[in-house]
Amino acid sequence: MAANMSLKKNEMPTQPADVRSANFNEVALGYTAEVAVNEAERCLNCKHMPCVSGCPVNIHIPDFISKIKESDFEGAYGVIAQSSSLPAVCGRVCPQETQCESKCVRGIKGEPVAIGRLERFVADWHNQNQKDAPEKPQSNGHKVAVIGSGPSGLTCAGDLAKKGYSVTIFEAFHLSGGVLVYGIPEFRLPKKIVEKEVNNLKELGVDVVTNVVIGKTITIDELFEMGFEAVFIGSGAGLPRFMGIPGEALNGVYSANEFLTRNNLMKAYREDSATPVMHAKKAVVFGGGNVAMDAARTAKRLGADVTIVYRRTEKELPARREEVEHAMEEGINFKFLANPIEIKGENGWVKQIVCQEMKLSEPDESGRARPIPIEGSTTVIDADSVIVSIGTSPNPLIKDTTKGLEVNKWGCIVVDEETGKTSREGVYAGGDAVTGAATVILAMGAGKTAAKAIDEYIMSK
Amino acid sequence: MFKILSKKSLNPTVTQMDIEAPLVARKAKAGQFIILRVDEDGERMPLTVAGYDREKGIVRIIFQVVGATTEKLNHKNEGEYISDFVGPLGRPTETENLKKVCIVGGGVGCAIALPVAQQLHSQGCEVHSIIGFRNKDLVILEDEFKAASKTLTIMTDDGSYGTKGVVTEPLKAALESGEEFDEVITIGPLIMMKFVVATTKPFGVKTTVSMNPVMIDGTGMCGGCRLTVDGKVKFACVDGPDFDGFLVDFDEAMNRNSAYRNFERHAYEDTCNLFNKGV
Repeated sequence: MAANMSLKKNEMPTQPADVRSANFNEVALGYTAEVAVNEAERCLNCKHMPCVSGCPVNIHIPDFISKIKESDFEGAYGVIAQSSSLPAVCGRVCPQETQCESKCVRGIKGEPVAIGRLERFVADWHNQNQKDAPEKPQSNGHKVAVIGSGPSGLTCAGDLAKKGYSVTIFEAFHLSGGVLVYGIPEFRLPKKIVEKEVNNLKELGVDVVTNVVIGKTITIDELFEMGFEAVFIGSGAGLPRFMGIPGEALNGVYSANEFLTRNNLMKAYREDSATPVMHAKKAVVFGGGNVAMDAARTAKRLGADVTIVYRRTEKELPARREEVEHAMEEGINFKFLANPIEIKGENGWVKQIVCQEMKLSEPDESGRARPIPIEGSTTVIDADSVIVSIGTSPNPLIKDTTKGLEVNKWGCIVVDEETGKTSREGVYAGGDAVTGAATVILAMGAGKTAAKAIDEYIMSK
Repeated sequence: MFKILSKKSLNPTVTQMDIEAPLVARKAKAGQFIILRVDEDGERMPLTVAGYDREKGIVRIIFQVVGATTEKLNHKNEGEYISDFVGPLGRPTETENLKKVCIVGGGVGCAIALPVAQQLHSQGCEVHSIIGFRNKDLVILEDEFKAASKTLTIMTDDGSYGTKGVVTEPLKAALESGEEFDEVITIGPLIMMKFVVATTKPFGVKTTVSMNPVMIDGTGMCGGCRLTVDGKVKFACVDGPDFDGFLVDFDEAMNRNSAYRNFERHAYEDTCNLFNKGV
């Protein structure tokens, strides 16, 4: 079969911007089977597989795409499932443009193969059409505890379960999924999909225990006493950071974590939710990352006129390009080269944001142009709500209750990058608890690395 | 699911429940809190631990019916279940090395103050308790406080029981008469704690307050429970809920606690209407 030599990817159908900005349904609608096969035919099946090296979990990308070409979608799923425990999630939230797709040969002249969209298609096809539960692997009699049911924990648990380990995930919340359920909004990642992915793991024999806070309800030392031979810490990012400017305690000021948790985990956007959230008229988001985009687009859907304030320019925005474009299409305003210096209030509620105008100077240690204040130049934005989305600091609960667990000066758990091994024997860690806030796929990669190391550790005992 | 083993009405709006939660009971200490959800679509609500029995695996909670969630919880009966119950969260009240302490409780806050008083009493500390209520009908836990205290002073706003007046009056009188407390521990409405702190400050007596801000996850993730303490952002769920009363910005905390008042009132009325219809 001749390859499809179109220079462009097949477009992903989406809800029109003016429609979706008023609902919480998924924005991107997914490929049909015909479009998926057509897109798959753009893959040249390169022998040296550059795309695979760009994937943190090393999915055999040309193999699964070859199966799509043959319309063997379940076969394609089988290939992905060998490497990824959460394909329907990754197909939606991975930054493919900087990973697998950035290495694609087709991208040299034209657009790369839409690997992410194909992954999503395959995973959704499987979840809709495959009704049989996977076969439970033969037990090897060893017990491993996983702390946190976010992307790193689910991946680590899935990989170990496939090897026959008896895995128990301890989740602090009432619902499993971690950032996939409390952080990423419904319109980017429907919660039904997360639930399905978690159920896929349960069918492999993974036990998920909710309402247990490791470090409080049970300590890591107690997990070993309970017979777990190794522990993986995937407890995620922790407390939100604030700007440290006047007015951040006013009513109407949220951290992105709080705003998103209210809406995603607690469904505050629904009329019938028991958890309240403010429906702002004019919301201002501080920050330019993916979380800031999620918060801004959520506020927009709750009816607000939304402005993102970012101290550098559009070019330096740390968010994925696709997220920025979606936000812009939905009518989110951007105020670049502005740094909030004060939130003014009235009767205890947010009233105005005072911003320092900035300009770009020479690059700083992050390699990005450093923003510096333009003396004497400030602007004022009217607002009744502020969402602070400038990052998080690690959660202290586990480090405070685990003797001998080394953390760095920011409180992130120190690990050997090759294995995820911490300073405590039998204790491994990965994801945001180690790196600080990063991406879903990097956390999954860390979960995968640790699963391999845990297997080697237990087998060599 | 967590079973309600017993339910008892302490006064017309305050209910005590014993919940079967062995993992929480194993670890709970005075001053810590739990988060519960009544049902599948419920909000996460923090409640301070009012007691525990480690061997029987029971955690006691005492709550005042003030909103939709507490109303729903109050409609649950012995033998029924609530969907989620997680903890113990927060840091326990520091009681070590205290020899003489004044406990000042207000309203349903007394339910939280009691286990602290009991803990202190059990370690041989001399406990002087001052507890205040609006009126006689609302007085709770009198016998329990009596058993844990060397002296117990009950205050009511209208004088229908104990002494008429507010809790700061006997506290001030004690301090002026030269009573030397290692610490004053106060738990109750924010406005009461603010005035307790104002009372003790001139005497320089260390005063610990138990803060109860709005929380969502309660495990150190969302930041909703932030307070300004000594000019810095602190999170009640992991740094507290106890703080040095002299350093807490009470006016800010009171403003923040009022943020959802309108929503809560509507939700409460809706819930009450629902129950009144007998649904």
